[in-house]
Amino acid sequence: MAKSAILKSSIAKKVAMALSGLFLISFLSLHFFINFVSVFSENSFNAMSHFMGYNPLIQFVMQPVLVAGVVFHFVMGFVLELKNRNARPVAYVKFDGAANSSWASRNMIISGLVVLAFLGLHMYDFWFHEMVYKYVESNVIDETRYYDELVAKFESPVRTGLYCVAFVLLALHLWHGFTSSLQSVGFDNKIGKSLHKICYAFAIIVPFGFIFIALFHHFNN
Amino acid sequence: MSAAKNINISLQIWRQKNSKEKGKMETYKLNDVSTASSFLEMLDQLNEQLVNERKEPIAFDHDCREGICGMCSLYINGRAHGPDTGITTCQLHMRMFNDGDTIVIEPWRSAAFPVIKDLIVDRTSFDRIQQAGGFVSVNTSGNTIDANATPVPKDDADKAFEAAACIGCGACVATCKNGSAMLFVGAKVSQYALLPQGRVEATARVLNMVRQMDEEGFGNCTNTGACEIECPKGISLENIARMNREYLSASLK
Ligand code: SF4
Ligand code: FES
Repeated sequence: MAKSAILKSSIAKKVAMALSGLFLISFLSLHFFINFVSVFSENSFNAMSHFMGYNPLIQFVMQPVLVAGVVFHFVMGFVLELKNRNARPVAYVKFDGAANSSWASRNMIISGLVVLAFLGLHMYDFWFHEMVYKYVESNVIDETRYYDELVAKFESPVRTGLYCVAFVLLALHLWHGFTSSLQSVGFDNKIGKSLHKICYAFAIIVPFGFIFIALFHHFNN
Repeated sequence: MSAAKNINISLQIWRQKNSKEKGKMETYKLNDVSTASSFLEMLDQLNEQLVNERKEPIAFDHDCREGICGMCSLYINGRAHGPDTGITTCQLHMRMFNDGDTIVIEPWRSAAFPVIKDLIVDRTSFDRIQQAGGFVSVNTSGNTIDANATPVPKDDADKAFEAAACIGCGACVATCKNGSAMLFVGAKVSQYALLPQGRVEATARVLNMVRQMDEEGFGNCTNTGACEIECPKGISLENIARMNREYLSASLK
């Protein structure tokens, strides 16, 4: 069978969705770790942020790869959603989805869209500002500005509130997505199944950890 | 078990003359239904009433009426094979319902299962997937080897047997929010992939069956797990993961 046909198959799409999701999870873990440092050490947070912002490998290799990963995951998500809608042209009059599956698993497109909208705001808040600061205004390098910038962003209760809502939806997205991606790549043996508990723990700890960090800076400063 | 009693129910049923015409839900009242009767017997009773009223009876699929053949296929009150697990529609009993209940009955909904009439759908897409690779080629010219002559690890034999329990009813497709057929195809691929006799054609089998599945217009699995819950034969999601592994390794060959 031609390789191009294999790449277009439903299973190839499913595996691609899973791998891009796992890649984004690895990035999220790193992001969480750095943000969490801001809770107890302003200096370490500044040092780490500066490293991430000025290391050429991260800036010019990892950052584009990350953006590509995000775009791919979302585009593929929409492609699959569309295909799946076409697979049932006449809807059921009565459909009891809750009888056999979780809300999170049935509504990945909703949780995904909320996270996407949040990412738009987040990119505008941090990434866009950072690009202008570094490459347009060509400001002098200031290795200690990051902590203050972070704290300033969490001053507004509206922004902090939006941030928290988005992370609850991210928790739901991960609750299904993490274990689902393992299943998609065919990882369902005993080790795979014991990993499920870690996946569920991650889906709660990381998003709620982000919420904790946001509230911490909002109320502390 | 409580004694059988008679109940009066209201039914909302999908009526559609043929594959071309548009269908719609119709409401029927049915009195004196014994809770000891099966769901299909209740439909027989309704059809008798319709015939007596000189109306067209409702067309629905069935054959063995004992959970073996996979012909019955009703979407009842929002669930494939109705409000119970591990059963086919023919194994559903009226004791699951109460006096005064309204029961909604629809056909399987899938682009790959077009409605033929009323509650009957065309499931030949499953046959075409099977024909694409769901078999082992055996030389029948007098040289067949006794299957027991080839040792099979007990664990694999059990798993293959469990996968082979799939009766091809299509409840997995019907219940899946994505209309995906991966549980069915996963079971059919696994049933052979786990056995030495099936390994010979394993590569071509998984590639061809998945290609046919995609061509038929089934949706893409997102691992909601609904199929596993509603499958009358308890086919496990493990079979989908196995199919994914088989497909990945076959595509690298
Ligand atoms: S996997 Fe289960 S639900 Fe699907 S066709 Fe086979 S028996 Fe029916
Ligand atoms: S009629 Fe045979 S399984 Fe229901």
